[in-house]
Amino acid sequence: MIGLGLVADGGGDGGIWHQIFNFDHYGELLALVQNSLLAGALLGLVGGLVGVFVIMRDLPFAVHGISELSFAGASAALLLGVNIVAGSIVGSLLAAAAIGVLGVRARDRNSVIGIIMPFGLGLGVLFLSLYKGRAANKFGILTGQIIAVDTPQMAWLIGTSVVVLIALAVVWKPLTFAGVDPEVAEARGVPIRALSLVFMLLLGLAVALCVQIVGALLVLALLVTPAAAAARITASPVLLPVLSVVFALCAMEGGTLLALGSTIPISPYVTTIAFVIYLGCRLVETLRTKQVGRIALGSPGDPVQTHT
Amino acid sequence: MDRTEAVAPSPEPSGTAGRGRESPAAGPVISMRSGTLAYGDRVLWRGLDLDVQPGELLAVLGPNGSGKTSLLRVLLGRQQLTEGSLTVLGHAPRRGGRHIGYIPQQTSLPAHTMLRARDLVRLGLDGHLWGLPLTRPAVRRRVDDLLASVGATCYADVPVGRLSGGERQRVRIAQALATDPRILLCDEPLLSLDLQHQRTVVTLVERRLRAAETAVVFVTHEINPVLGLVDRILYLAGGGFRIGPPDEVMTSAALSELYGTHVDVIRIGGRIVVVGAPDAGPDHPHADAPEEGESQ
Repeated sequence: MIGLGLVADGGGDGGIWHQIFNFDHYGELLALVQNSLLAGALLGLVGGLVGVFVIMRDLPFAVHGISELSFAGASAALLLGVNIVAGSIVGSLLAAAAIGVLGVRARDRNSVIGIIMPFGLGLGVLFLSLYKGRAANKFGILTGQIIAVDTPQMAWLIGTSVVVLIALAVVWKPLTFAGVDPEVAEARGVPIRALSLVFMLLLGLAVALCVQIVGALLVLALLVTPAAAAARITASPVLLPVLSVVFALCAMEGGTLLALGSTIPISPYVTTIAFVIYLGCRLVETLRTKQVGRIALGSPGDPVQTHT
Repeated sequence: MDRTEAVAPSPEPSGTAGRGRESPAAGPVISMRSGTLAYGDRVLWRGLDLDVQPGELLAVLGPNGSGKTSLLRVLLGRQQLTEGSLTVLGHAPRRGGRHIGYIPQQTSLPAHTMLRARDLVRLGLDGHLWGLPLTRPAVRRRVDDLLASVGATCYADVPVGRLSGGERQRVRIAQALATDPRILLCDEPLLSLDLQHQRTVVTLVERRLRAAETAVVFVTHEINPVLGLVDRILYLAGGGFRIGPPDEVMTSAALSELYGTHVDVIRIGGRIVVVGAPDAGPDHPHADAPEEGESQ
């Protein structure tokens, strides 16, 4: 496995800016990270789409909770010398299932997450302390150093992404209905509980994917920020997921490309780009509200005649 | 769960009475026999016999916790009767019927809802079907028609979270009518609306009732806005109930018996004011039109 940090080690003798932005030998480096770019594209797609429902269902805290258990799973895998991606997926799914089953109501859910999260983090710390290998590997699970994705890992990433994307396409409409309008959805026969659990599992998979690239601590930047940014500027059910994916892709691929020459992990680039996009969207929203005001402001709607 | 039913972008205008005639029996659309609902030891109502005819408006009144919303849940198949039998449109109640329109309490819509008014209506049409929200022209047209029929066209593209209570209720009605239902269940649709918006909501419901013979079960704290329209009242209180035309139910004698204490029902200028109903204190919500939202 070739760590990006290793690749770039030779160029790290300039000032601090040179450490952060370094584009020496860029073309050659680019060829080395093709896999990473592909992985980034997948994560952007998955993160952007899943994020829409994370915002809709008000689950950012759950994302954080799941990612800590994903971290525990990945550290266990590192310790045992098995596939790290598989380890983080197992951790994620366990956390997601626990949150989905125990925390049906929003209030319960937050405390369940608050209880699971430190437990997961503690386990992760335990496994990492027992691990005798490279320190960079440990740091990587938390902050996303596992950047140069090798081929077997890539197969896992692609497989998991495809599962998430297909499942999401199938449940998209009822999941939206259940998310925004649970009362009526239930009355119309939408299986609210089952969908909620299914989504938690999909979320678990998505988190496990993102942990590979941005690390357990910064998963929110891919699963929350892009969708939250998009929700600031549109309410269209088509434009919202599209923008969310575009933002997530910008953050992912932009982050990968910027991180390429430097010795620094990819995560600060990804999170910063995502954050700047979010700020931009807030700004657009503010300007727009000032200019136009609300469309229907001042008119109570088409008059409905009281007597017909 | 029945997923085979069509999306029903029914091209005919929502107002035709055709659906009413399709039904083989012209009998009641809702029929309950000795229905009892209890949570453990607490009996909400017992021995309730209830028939609702097509085109009838049944108002359900009563203090908080008397089982009004639970009655709707039972009709929707989301809750089982403790005892007794119930048929809705000839079947045991089941979830997911497209023949029942449902307007839940306003509080049920989360504040951070990202959808536009038109999207909410659209969910009422095909939100229960699997798949991606691909917009077919027929669906789009149907949604436009529905929005127009409640006068919500001008804020069709405004996010639901930014609509006022009255605007939102219109959208809710459009959503509930999306599938051309034969029964419309409304849970406190007038709550926290001012008089003008209350009137609008009542007018829209009335229009539907007249045009399509839709049976309406209208849970409300407030009888006055629907007084001219209501056929019968089901008054739930203290584990008991009283059902009948307004003149029979809204009397001092009837309500006093129901509450087990002296209650005055006063008629002033075509309005009914209830004074002294136990749980509500001096400001019983029947007395005044706009009231604050409350959680149950």
